Amino acid sequence: MSVAPAEVERPVAAEEVVPDTPWVTIVWNDPVNLMSYVTYVFQQVFGYSRRKAEKLMLDVHHKGKAVVSSGTRESMERDVAVLHGYGLWATVSHDK
Amino acid sequence: MSSAEETGDVVQGFRRVRRGGVTARFDQTQAGIIRALVSQVAELVGEPGEAAAPGDPGRPGGPGGPAGPHGGPGPADEGNPLADLADLLDGSAPEGPPADPALARLLPDAYRDDTEAAGEFRRFTEQELRSGKVAAARTVLATLPEAGGKVELSAEDAQVWLRALNDVRLTLGIRLSITEDFAERVADLDPADPRSAYLWIYDWLTFLQETLVRALW
Repeated sequence: MSVAPAEVERPVAAEEVVPDTPWVTIVWNDPVNLMSYVTYVFQQVFGYSRRKAEKLMLDVHHKGKAVVSSGTRESMERDVAVLHGYGLWATVSHDK
Repeated sequence: MSSAEETGDVVQGFRRVRRGGVTARFDQTQAGIIRALVSQVAELVGEPGEAAAPGDPGRPGGPGGPAGPHGGPGPADEGNPLADLADLLDGSAPEGPPADPALARLLPDAYRDDTEAAGEFRRFTEQELRSGKVAAARTVLATLPEAGGKVELSAEDAQVWLRALNDVRLTLGIRLSITEDFAERVADLDPADPRSAYLWIYDWLTFLQETLVRALW
């Protein structure tokens, strides 16, 4: 048996309104995606300069991953959804 | 990640034309290979229900979105929150990552260490991701004649091709266990190895995608 949940006053999640504890989008290295393609996608999706996009791509390539954007959880989920559309291996994470 | 070698023989790949478009020439065999592979990706990511309704953009509003009162009779499922609920109850709404590793790579988890958040994200976004990939495959099929020949793509279609080619390479990459030392493997491969034809195709698609990125830059 179960009972209907009581109406609980939900506290506003603090991390979602405080701008200096952001969520991040991480892109992970994989052996298939082309270096040129990954750079191009960063430029297209985030409007980054070629220089910045290339630096992030090289971070992914050499360090295995890179933080490519930060902000609210909702906006990071949007970024990840777009990156999945491009076939990049991206995840949302809370930047602690 | 990988980088493509510039080979420049037989295949020219894509090059830029005016107004941001691109062009490439394919022979019949090449066109057949691309068409077969994008069709297979579409089949892999397309859900059974979707095949019955080609061109269906999906449920308006998405799961949990506003249904809006219907003035008259319409398609039974459209924007119906009860249909989403039914999906949840009968378990057809996606929860975990697909068991097929290639499909899991095309539809990856959005959270690494939080299966609950990953499942939630999947429930709300996976259908749209699948539809986008199927639509990309259809764009390639619609713009690449079976007989091959000269293909001219608008900037917009070229972007779609880029994603579709990438999905094919991701799928082949998983099926062929592609690693970062791919180039050495190809060089060492025995031509009698049954995988060699597929590795050659993968290598060619890599070259093709590289030329497409460079044509768009």
